[in-house]
Order: sequence, then structure tokens, then C-alpha cells
Amino acid sequence: MTTTNPPAAAVPVTKAGGDRPSTAAGRVRKKLSSPLATGIALVIALFWSVPTFGLLISSFRPENEIKTSGWWTFFTDPQLTLSNYDEVLFGGSASSGQLAGYFINSLVITIPAVLFPMAICALAAYALAWIDFRGRDWIYILIFALQIVPLQMALVPLLRFFSQGVELFGVQLLPAWGLSGEELFIQVWFAHTCFAIPFGVYLLHNFISELPRDVMEAARVDGANHPKIFRTIVLPLITPVLASFGIFQFLWVWNDLLVALIFASGGGRDTNPMTVRLAELAGTRGNEWQRLTSGAFVSMIVPLIVFLSLQRYFVRGLLAGSVKG
Amino acid sequence: MNFDLADQADKFVMLLGGLVAFVVLVGGLLLVLDVIPTRLATRREARLAAAADAGVPIAAGAGRGREGWLAAGFLAPALLLLAIGLIFPAVRTTILSFMNRDSSAFVGFDNYTWMFGQPDIQAVLLNTLIWVLVVPTLATTIGLIYAILVDKARGEAVAKALIFLPMSISFVGASIIWKFVYAYRSGEQDQIGLLNQIVVWFGGEPQQWLLGQGYKLNTLLLIVIMIWIQAGFAMVILSAAIKAIPAEIVEAARIDGTNAWQMFWRITLPAIRPAVIVVVVTITIATLKVFDIVRTMTNGNYETSVIANEMYNQSFRYGETGHGSALAVFLFVLVIPIVIFQIRNIRKQRSEA
Repeated sequence: MTTTNPPAAAVPVTKAGGDRPSTAAGRVRKKLSSPLATGIALVIALFWSVPTFGLLISSFRPENEIKTSGWWTFFTDPQLTLSNYDEVLFGGSASSGQLAGYFINSLVITIPAVLFPMAICALAAYALAWIDFRGRDWIYILIFALQIVPLQMALVPLLRFFSQGVELFGVQLLPAWGLSGEELFIQVWFAHTCFAIPFGVYLLHNFISELPRDVMEAARVDGANHPKIFRTIVLPLITPVLASFGIFQFLWVWNDLLVALIFASGGGRDTNPMTVRLAELAGTRGNEWQRLTSGAFVSMIVPLIVFLSLQRYFVRGLLAGSVKG
Repeated sequence: MNFDLADQADKFVMLLGGLVAFVVLVGGLLLVLDVIPTRLATRREARLAAAADAGVPIAAGAGRGREGWLAAGFLAPALLLLAIGLIFPAVRTTILSFMNRDSSAFVGFDNYTWMFGQPDIQAVLLNTLIWVLVVPTLATTIGLIYAILVDKARGEAVAKALIFLPMSISFVGASIIWKFVYAYRSGEQDQIGLLNQIVVWFGGEPQQWLLGQGYKLNTLLLIVIMIWIQAGFAMVILSAAIKAIPAEIVEAARIDGTNAWQMFWRITLPAIRPAVIVVVVTITIATLKVFDIVRTMTNGNYETSVIANEMYNQSFRYGETGHGSALAVFLFVLVIPIVIFQIRNIRKQRSEA
């Protein structure tokens, strides 16, 4: 017994809902000298938000100001302008960013690349959980295990699949796709869909397999077949976890650089998403801060909105995918 | 203004085409699966009725095969795409890693001896090792500390969102944010990068951070970005695990008079151990594959490259498919033991539960 801990009897009984911490961590926090704990938390929070905050402020400062003084001088000498955004989005010169077009590319890439995996994974997860057939455990394990194949391993052969088709012992089994220009979007959708399946099936299977058996059996007794059960019973029930998978996939595709660099870059301005353009700007025009700062924010806006409005689902998905194991 | 929405029409046509394809494929599949078995079922019933009339005994378990066909229909798109997009390519890459640069002849283990023999590539492997050791450890520790500090505190949701927010930003966006923090200008000028300004405030000389190779300084500064992104993930998972610790255990420990330190090491940490393992494993795998940060910040120059970046360079910039494939295979080999470890843990956890 240490002196810092009063015996249990001496602790005043508080009402339910009082501020007595009921979790271990809450207790640990209370026991740490409170100013120190608050201090550490504040330092971490500051360290995490100040870089983004600085970039946000910078993106609204006039070009000359950004390049000659730190963003913190804004507080003593506030000057705001929207011209950085105007230029980076709509500017005419080749070096300006022209992000408006790339923004649309990102949208066009993302929407189908989210919808396809959602549907395909839901179908597969349902079959693996509720249709009785031989070898389903093995198929599930195979799909689960494919999560460990790094993307990098698939890139070269998949690119060849698109450009040369499938050839086996000199016989052309499948023709080359020969896509160009805007058609390259198809390649990107295809690649993203393939890469999303292992994780998607795993996440959705966790949830679908725990739906109540009674409901399923009642439906079968009523004469519903699997497609009908899937459409009318399962889909409405799994909406929350489907949403969380959708958010995951959305953030992943929207933020992706590698897949886009390899499968979309052939189309240049017509197909490259914003991440590719930004990486390009950061590399070749590393000192054009007015473009980089505002451009970075343009690219963050959509995921931030999605994230902030759907945070609950996103966190639920994280927990379903990770802790339940 | 030099942007005309009409110029973008082609893209929207593609998008529309994609959406139509989506509806047709998924809707069509469900329709086919719905209609055909129903047809078959009616026909079978008719046959069974006829058989019953004739007095023939009905074979048991005849339904199972039919379910199998249905399952195949549900699984077909997923399995087909996996075969084309992952299984076949992974096998192919493994084969390519034993072939020369344009995959015209077998060269045995040459690509692998190149990988371990070349000093440049050895530096890349060392960097990857540093990434994998530092990022999961620090990200998890910071996430855990923060989760404990803000647990049940006022404004917990906001405090958590602050740390969690970087997860929604692209690695490229995050890199630009930090590029700005590390920005350098020579001593006579005003600094625009926060880090150098802090150095100057303390009377130091501004540094070219990303060029500093001593003690791997630049690599460590890139690692900061990854930690910045991943700590939020660790925090969310660990915070949920902490909240799931039964109140009775905590209460009992408190009555026994444990202090905060003991409480953490003997109650909290053991109780959330499975979650900690999941977090460390997930972040480790993500770190092994990191590519965007290095590419955006330094393009792998100044000895900051990692395996994933080098693989991209070899395969897609220098056309050295053999080298690139060998690096990809090596990455795969590194991930395998981590995953086996995780599967074992999950199994152990299940059998204990």
C-alpha cells in the first residue's frame, strides 16, 4: 500500500455518471500528476496539428509573403488571398497545376473503384458465410492469405496483362487490351478492384458470418433463395460495415499514388489523379510554395469531408477489421 | 481562367460507362443466379413429383451440388479478379526475379546476389530496417500514451480527432505538409520552415534537413511523417481496447491499492496485449510497403530510398524487371513471418476465449 492511495472506504461514493473514472486508463491518468499528463497530451496534440495548420494558413497568403516569411508572421501581419487556389486549380500555364482537371480524374477513378469492390466483396463474403459447399473454408483462407501479397509483386505482370494479353506457349489466349487516353481509367478501376478484394472479403465476412442464424433459416423456410436473401435481408443488415469498407476503399483509392503512377500515367493530364500531379509539382517545383500548399489542400478536402462526416463508420470498420481479428 | 467543363466531357462519359457496367454486371449476376435455380427447382420438383408417383425412392442430399453452383456464381467475380490481379502476377513476379532484365533468359540467383552485393542496395535494405524498427514502436507508443491521457477527459472526441485526422490525408499530401516544416533558407534570410525557425530562435544555424545523412538524420525525418500518420490508427484501436477492460478488474486492483504505474503494467497492458499486437503488425506491414513518402520528399536521393521505392525505380524507370522483381519477392518474404505470427496469435486468442 502506498500513501497516495486512500483505502477504498475513504473514497467518497459518487453518484452514477459522476466523473470517477471507471476504466483502467482513466484511473492511470487520474493518478498521474494531472498537470504533467495534460502537458504531455497538449504537446502531442500540438505537434500533430501545427504542421497542417501552418500549411492551411500558408495556402491563403500571397505568393510573395509565403516565400519570404514564415506562416506564423500571419498573426502579426494578416494578409489573405484566394489567388493561390485560383491559380492552382484553373491557371493556364503548364506549370500552374491545373488541378481542376486532375480533381475530376480523381473522382472518375474513385467512384467505380469503390463501388465494384463493395459489390463483389459483399457477394463473395455472403457465399463464404452462408452457402454450404465443399471447400469453402479453404477458399476463405486463401483469400485471407492473399492480403499479404504486396502490391509491388503484382504490378509488372498486371501491366503486361493489359498491354500484351495472355500468351501461353506461343498461343494468344486473351488479346491485349490496348487502352489509351481516357480508356486507361478502366485499367485503374480493374487494378484497384483486384487489390481491394482480400481485405474487403475479410472485413465483410467477419460481420456477415455473425448475422443471426434464425433470420436466415426463417427466410429459407419461407422459400427465399440465396440471391433473394442477399438482396432483401443481408444487404440492409450489413449497410454499416459496408459503409465502413466503402470509406476505407475511398480513402485508399483517393490517396493512392503507386497504382495511379503505373496504370494511369499513360494518359497524362487526361487520366492522372491529383496525387500524381502533386508529387510531380513537389518534385519539379519544390519551391513554388503557393502552388504546393494550396494544391495539397485541394487534394485533402474531399477525404477530410468524408472522414469528418463518416468518422463513426470508419472507426467501426477499423475495429471490426483489427480487434476482432 | 483556363478551365472548361466541356473539355472534361470524355471523362464523364467514361465514368458513366463505368457505372452502367457496374449496374449491368452486378444486377445481371444476381438476376441470373435468381432465375436459373428457380427454373431448375421447378423442373426438379416436377421430376420428384413424377418419381413419387412412380414409387421410386428419392436420393438424399441431392441439394448440395446445386448450392455449390450457386456459390460459384457468387464467388466467381472475386476469384476471377484475384487470379488475374494477384495470384497469377505473384507467381509471375517470382519467376521474373530469376530472369534477366528484359526477361529473355534465366539467370538463377543473379538478381538476388546483386541485391545483397550492391552497396547502394545494401543502404536501401538498411533504411527499410530502420523504418520497420522505428515506425511501429514509436507510433504504437505515442498512440497508447495519448489514448490513456485523453481517456475520459473533457473533449475526448475532439482531442482524438486531432491525432486521427492525418489518417485521411494522402501520403503525398502529408509529405507536402512536412516538406514545408523542413523547408530551408540560408541564414541571412527569414526562415519559412517551422523547424529551422525554431532552430534560429534558439540561436542555431538553419539546416538542410533532407540532405543530412549523418546518423541517418534525413531518413529519420521521413520516418516522422509515417509516425505522424499512423499514430492515430494505433490510438483508435488501443483506446477501444482500453475501454473494453472490465470495470470490476480495475476496481479490484484499486481496492488492493495498486498505484498508477502498477496499474498500467499489471492491468492495462496485459489486458490490451492482443490489440497492441494487431496494431504493431498492421503498422509494420504498412511501413514495409511505404513508397509515396520517400518518393515525394527526396525521390530516394541522399540515401533515403527504401525497398518499395527502389522496386519502382528498377522496374519502371530503369527497365530492370529482374532486379525489381527480386526486390518485390524479398518484400513478400519479409511480410510472411509477420503474418504467420499474427495468425498464430489470433488462433491462440480464439482457443483461450
